[in-house]
Amino acid sequence: MNPFRKNHKQLSIFVTAGYPELNSLPDQIGYLEQRGVDFIEVGVPFSDPMADGPTIQKSSEIALKNGMTVSLLFDQIALVNAKVPLIIMSYFNPILHFGIERFLKRCQEARVSHVIVPDISLEVYEKLYRSDFEQYGVTLCFLITPRTSSSRVEKMSQLSSNGFLYLVSSNMTTGNTGKSLRVSDEELSRIRSAAGDTPLMIGFGIKTKADVAEVHRKADGAIIGSAYIKALAEGKSEDFISSVLAPEPQNP
Amino acid sequence: MISTIDFKKPDSLGFYGGFGGAFVPELLRQNLTSLEEAFREAKQDDAFHSSFQRLLKDYVGRPSPLYFSNYLSETYGAKIYLKREDLNHTGSHKINNALGQILLAQRMQKRQIIAETGAGQHGVATATACALLNMECIVFMGEKDMERQAPNVQRMRMLGAKVIAATSGSKTLKDATNEAIRYWINHPDAYYLIGSVVGPHPYPEMVAYFQSVISHEIQTQLLAAEGTETPSKVIACVGGGSNAAGAFHHFYDSSAQLIAVEAAGMGVDTGQSAATSALGVNGVLHGSMTLLMQDDDGQVVEPYSISAGLDYPGIGPEHAHAILSQRTKAINITDTEAVAAAFELTRNEGIIPALESAHAIAALKKTKFQPDEIVVVNLSGRGDKDMSTYIKHHESIS
Ligand SMILES: Cc1ncc(COP(=O)(O)O)c(C=O)c1O
Repeated sequence: MNPFRKNHKQLSIFVTAGYPELNSLPDQIGYLEQRGVDFIEVGVPFSDPMADGPTIQKSSEIALKNGMTVSLLFDQIALVNAKVPLIIMSYFNPILHFGIERFLKRCQEARVSHVIVPDISLEVYEKLYRSDFEQYGVTLCFLITPRTSSSRVEKMSQLSSNGFLYLVSSNMTTGNTGKSLRVSDEELSRIRSAAGDTPLMIGFGIKTKADVAEVHRKADGAIIGSAYIKALAEGKSEDFISSVLAPEPQNP
Repeated sequence: MISTIDFKKPDSLGFYGGFGGAFVPELLRQNLTSLEEAFREAKQDDAFHSSFQRLLKDYVGRPSPLYFSNYLSETYGAKIYLKREDLNHTGSHKINNALGQILLAQRMQKRQIIAETGAGQHGVATATACALLNMECIVFMGEKDMERQAPNVQRMRMLGAKVIAATSGSKTLKDATNEAIRYWINHPDAYYLIGSVVGPHPYPEMVAYFQSVISHEIQTQLLAAEGTETPSKVIACVGGGSNAAGAFHHFYDSSAQLIAVEAAGMGVDTGQSAATSALGVNGVLHGSMTLLMQDDDGQVVEPYSISAGLDYPGIGPEHAHAILSQRTKAINITDTEAVAAAFELTRNEGIIPALESAHAIAALKKTKFQPDEIVVVNLSGRGDKDMSTYIKHHESIS
């Protein structure tokens, strides 16, 4: 059964495993869950994160200096017994090096049923890795962009139907400044209809309560990454969570 | 037996055997698809070819000479030729690819060109091509490389390019490439002009295609000089591997032995090395599956070489495949051996090679030859950019 639902206005927070301290993850998961975050993305730090802007690059660098590894990540997840879904987000190389089957098996044991691997493309997944993922019951949630063709969105939505599609709101690396939701209403409705029953979450550049509210009017959930990491770095993460979870002000 | 065709042309997803492909975020999918379409169309277009050939001849000065070196031949006991890519306009083989791709960018109606560079030769070649075709040019270069290849930074700036320092990681070619990719994600209308046979499909195939003029000329030139198109050995240095891909291309289906020379840095086992095929295992970096230097956790290792152009933790997928299937032999050369070879060539032939190319020259000492075998060493570039390193070394020995 898909833990992600359509029209449920979910909110997800991204954390870099091993940041700010090597063992921060279990407490962070516990805290975010208790505050009512709907699901949590756990980022595996990588030395060369090509789709990430400076904030997540920096958190990854610090996490690696702290000694974070894939294996340790699974150990830490095992400590928390999270009630909300945890999604592992990793560039492909750390997974490949860990061993794909070994990684998927550890996911299965840790009850992680969804992963996001930004640099595995649809074509490569179908040709090389789909059968492994299916064998272990792990769903790859694909990234899509406003430029992704409807036929690709359809294929990806079938493959991600036990999870969600991750719509990157415009062509940019994570944490980019500027207007957060640059996808037009027309593009969005095209994507929504191609996505069918697969929930659509929007991420990259979501920073404020207002951004979240706008995403919730247009899609099934919002994912916040860099803005949370930045708040963590500034020691303001609790205030930040309060601000994005606050009820939406009623329009007069 | 692996079909030799595999080394020249990847499959439809861009794989050479198990290497290559396009491991990129969806954000770059559309760009790569458009690029591939434009490349396939251009290949079929006579007008494109004639523009490219005209530039290679009149602007670059091709064909580059195939020079018989008396000194090297006598010293190493074989008939040794140097393919003089150092005599190209801008001083290296990089201009071949830069011009091919800039014509493609022009066909695609692109206005802004971005590139990464290590030694600065690809940056200079790209800035030159942009000056020629009046396009905006941004070059990403590691901060460390901007220092050790300072003359090339000045050349790029004089040519009108903006040079942006990459300050992450080892501050070298790997990091410059990360920055270029990120810029491309944020500016999908830019044309990314990659400088070696690395990156996601179709780049490795395309760059090899534009560089293949090197081996094509060697065939014609050897036929005239020796009555045979095929040397017994071709030797080229490998950073990402574009000069080697160009020098090997038309010889994959011949009897020629192909020797790829990697940078050992301080020595393969010192932890200060860039000898990728000796130290790397399967991995994904910059959009392709290849041999990759990495630690036990799959984090990319910061490579080291005295030569900024060889200081890269990966290798083109074509070479990864050819080396593992034993079509190409990989050897490696230390900093010290390369600098010694540069001085040897300079004093005896009056040719100051680029530090990268000096690695290929140094490979002669490590290779056994039959007396009349024909050997071609690809002299990928000239040493002007490396004078500060050479002067330092010279002062330390005199
Ligand atoms: C003269 C010269 N040779 C070789 C290289 C290495 O590149 P590749 O391995 O792509 O030929 C460079 C790169 O900067 C170079 O400047």
